[in-house]
Amino acid sequence: MEEVQQSVIGTVSRVNNYIKRLLDSKGVLANLWVKGEISNYKRHSSGHIYLTLKDETSVLKAVMFRGAASTLTFEPTDGTKVIARGRVSVYEAGGTYQLYIEEMIPDGVGALYLEYEKLKKQLEAEGLFDGTHKKPIPKFPKRIGVITAPTGAAVRDIINVATRRFPLAEIVIYPALVQGVGAKESIVKAIEYFNSANTVDTIIAGRGGGSIEDLWAFNEECVARAIFASHIPIISAVGHETDFTIADFVADMRAPTPSAAAEISVPSSVELSRIINIYKSRLLGAVASGIQTRRLRLKRFVPRSPQDKVNEFSQRLDMYISRIESAFKLKKSDNARVLGELCGKLNALSPLNTLARGYSIPVTESGTVLRNKSDFAAGTEFILKLRDGDIDCIAK
Amino acid sequence: MAEKTFENSMAELEEVVAKLESGDITLDESLQLFEQGIKLANSCQKKLDEAEKRVKILTATENGNMEEKEFEVEE
Repeated sequence: MEEVQQSVIGTVSRVNNYIKRLLDSKGVLANLWVKGEISNYKRHSSGHIYLTLKDETSVLKAVMFRGAASTLTFEPTDGTKVIARGRVSVYEAGGTYQLYIEEMIPDGVGALYLEYEKLKKQLEAEGLFDGTHKKPIPKFPKRIGVITAPTGAAVRDIINVATRRFPLAEIVIYPALVQGVGAKESIVKAIEYFNSANTVDTIIAGRGGGSIEDLWAFNEECVARAIFASHIPIISAVGHETDFTIADFVADMRAPTPSAAAEISVPSSVELSRIINIYKSRLLGAVASGIQTRRLRLKRFVPRSPQDKVNEFSQRLDMYISRIESAFKLKKSDNARVLGELCGKLNALSPLNTLARGYSIPVTESGTVLRNKSDFAAGTEFILKLRDGDIDCIAK
Repeated sequence: MAEKTFENSMAELEEVVAKLESGDITLDESLQLFEQGIKLANSCQKKLDEAEKRVKILTATENGNMEEKEFEVEE
């Protein structure tokens, strides 16, 4: 066994202290930035934050005391990539070295999220997202403006869905840059063009899926303000279902995809045809039921009408029936039952139906019906036959 | 534009149906409304049936204005 000198045997504390003094003497460790991913994140009730920063091959323990932690502008979580500034020193009691963090911000993409959250808060506070400012989307647009790239799935989807669903609406594409340099200016220009030309009833603005960087133009403040200022309603259609951009919050309506935007912008022709047919049935039904009501009322009358009135009314009934038939353009098979009922009811009516509800018949003392204006020279005396009695009249 | 828009025709049709169903009218009036309603319904349906898709794209002209051109969707 080697002779061990007493003076060489150190205590744990002495060893740790030596290492601390060694590290503290290195200027570069006194203030540096370290890039890494957060793991083992824990915020104590004391307010102090303990975490580990790691990269592909190793880890570094870190701590952020309450004072420094209070300056954080984001909520760190495991997995967040950050850059942290501080000093590397030794925690003697624990025998570990660690990064004492003074300042920490998200790295790269994280920084974009931060900007997004900041602008979102600001614009929300200004009221740009308020429901009260959102305009209703026109139900039957004659022309729809589409602001998107002229090639790719988004424009194709919008055109296919809209024109299949409601070809009555014309589509006008404003080809825009939807990512990269010049994109935000391009989108703003497109919105302003449609607003000044005033040639469309609704605007769809959007693009297909992508990363947060790809969609970034729709998070720009100038685009948000242009959307807000637009007097033409705007449907935003940016990315996929789970992508939310600031444009989506400002727009009058948000669509989860470009196809959905097209669906929102126009009604369905198939559905409209169905509605039109229902209206036709209701029209026929209403006329038929109106006849039925009058027929029931009539049962209370005692018929006492002259023959020429009977003939006249029969003729009128025939005319009514043929007008209904031709208006409705019924083929034998269509609604035959309903029309049959209607005609049956009309034919069963007593001539006195003419008098029910608003009709009165002017006749001479002898019962001849007066029909033409020439029959009523000034001073002519005649009788007006009403539903419930007669009135003696003199023409003026 | 003298011709009624699809939207206006649909709105009028809805009104006619409501009036006819309200029952507060004479037989002659109901026939008139009936005919008017059927005419409106047929014209709306005709517009839907005859509509052909129209797609335009804006391109910049020499003097900086925008003009509309026919657009063909790439398949």
